[in-house]
Amino acid sequence: MALEKLELEHVPTAYQLYAGFFRDVTNAEFLHAQLLSRNSEFEYAFIDASSVISRLHLVSAVYSAVNVLLDGTLRTPNVHSEIVVSLNTNNNIADAYRRWGITPGKTKDLIVVKVVPPPSPAQDETPTQPPTQLAIWDHLQQHVKGTPTPLTDSELSQATDWPKVRKYYRLNGVPALDRLADEQERRKHSERLAIMGMALRGL
Amino acid sequence: MAATETQFPPPKVLTYPASAPPSLVTQGAEGRLYKTTHLVPDRPCALKYRPPKPYRHPILDARLTKTRLASEAKVLERCWREGVPVPAVYVMDPAAGWMMMEWIDGHPVRVGINEWLGERPEEEGETETETPKPADEEPLVDLMRRVGAAVGALHRTGVVHGDLTTSNMMLRPREDAGQANGSTTGVDGVVDDKAKAVGGDVVLIDFGLATQSMSDEDRAVDLYVLERAFASTHPRAERLFATLLESYGSTFKKAPSVLVKLEDVRMRGRKRSMLG
Repeated sequence: MALEKLELEHVPTAYQLYAGFFRDVTNAEFLHAQLLSRNSEFEYAFIDASSVISRLHLVSAVYSAVNVLLDGTLRTPNVHSEIVVSLNTNNNIADAYRRWGITPGKTKDLIVVKVVPPPSPAQDETPTQPPTQLAIWDHLQQHVKGTPTPLTDSELSQATDWPKVRKYYRLNGVPALDRLADEQERRKHSERLAIMGMALRGL
Repeated sequence: MAATETQFPPPKVLTYPASAPPSLVTQGAEGRLYKTTHLVPDRPCALKYRPPKPYRHPILDARLTKTRLASEAKVLERCWREGVPVPAVYVMDPAAGWMMMEWIDGHPVRVGINEWLGERPEEEGETETETPKPADEEPLVDLMRRVGAAVGALHRTGVVHGDLTTSNMMLRPREDAGQANGSTTGVDGVVDDKAKAVGGDVVLIDFGLATQSMSDEDRAVDLYVLERAFASTHPRAERLFATLLESYGSTFKKAPSVLVKLEDVRMRGRKRSMLG
């Protein structure tokens, strides 16, 4: 099973985080339509992998969104859209969906993140059981038409569209990057700047 | 320990589980600094927390905390983009009053200098130390140059620190220094240890009072504050401050005029207007 359980520092254990990676996805239109129609079976963060640098970059966004969820100050409909918005460096939500979200006809490599909060108590007499890792994976495999791929830095880096990332995170003409000769170093520094840009979102 | 923990409750974010418990590193007038981890267990970070002040009106308090954290983060990002050695910001929650940033390894410049000076005989004791051997002192002199260069790089980007002291600068060991030093040791282990204490890259920290300014006056005051702090923290190394200024003077175009301004500031003190 290629659905990974993410363990992040400073996240309550009652919150379960899962992430998967699909390459060469062919049904972005269908998945996008499910999000638009607010289909409750498709409560996932669908992230276009071409705008993502690394795992650290990805989980930074996941952490920010979960922090906002814990705080109760979501600015978007749910924690999953909040993850996509967290990848942005400004507060333009539509922009964030366009750049980091799933886009029909464009998204080929897709990262899926699922946040399972603890079941809310005392709502009704029928407490809905949180879905298991296996159930989530089954559902994803059924509906995402693509190649399940391990969510590793080396796999992610193959999907990264650097000109796009540089534009989104304003990394062109940055003195701290231009002085670096080593490509590997430059990527490390770009990742830092991207995470910093996200941390300073809207300031 | 337990007493201090009940006295100062940690921010809510630190009450959630992590691979290692956070530790309180230091406490200032406005905030506290914890060492903890960011996202994964092997990524240490510094968490700066500005707790709510019970003596302020809650709305004003929240607004002040938020703006101060935000301005500190903005200054750090600006410096980082320009290549000034400062910690990177990892994640922040201005409303909750905390910010996680890069953990800088090593020790403060203050500790490095004192370690270096510690093994020297007291100057007052023997007259022969009146004439220091230049070659002997080279590692310390070089540190002064590096500090001058770091402050110069900071000022060049249009940021003044606001609280420059040798405690607000870290000496981060170079990653490759381990083997390089190791192979050339052997002759005199003591000298090598001392050289190590003042070696490494200077990283400026604590931008809680930093502001964006390009004026000679503000830059000169920044240097003046450092000069005074330096003289009182390291009286025996005071004469080396000239080296720092000399190195600063060559870092950017307007640096020489800042040094001229520094003369004025020395004459009258930190405050230009005697108000407040």
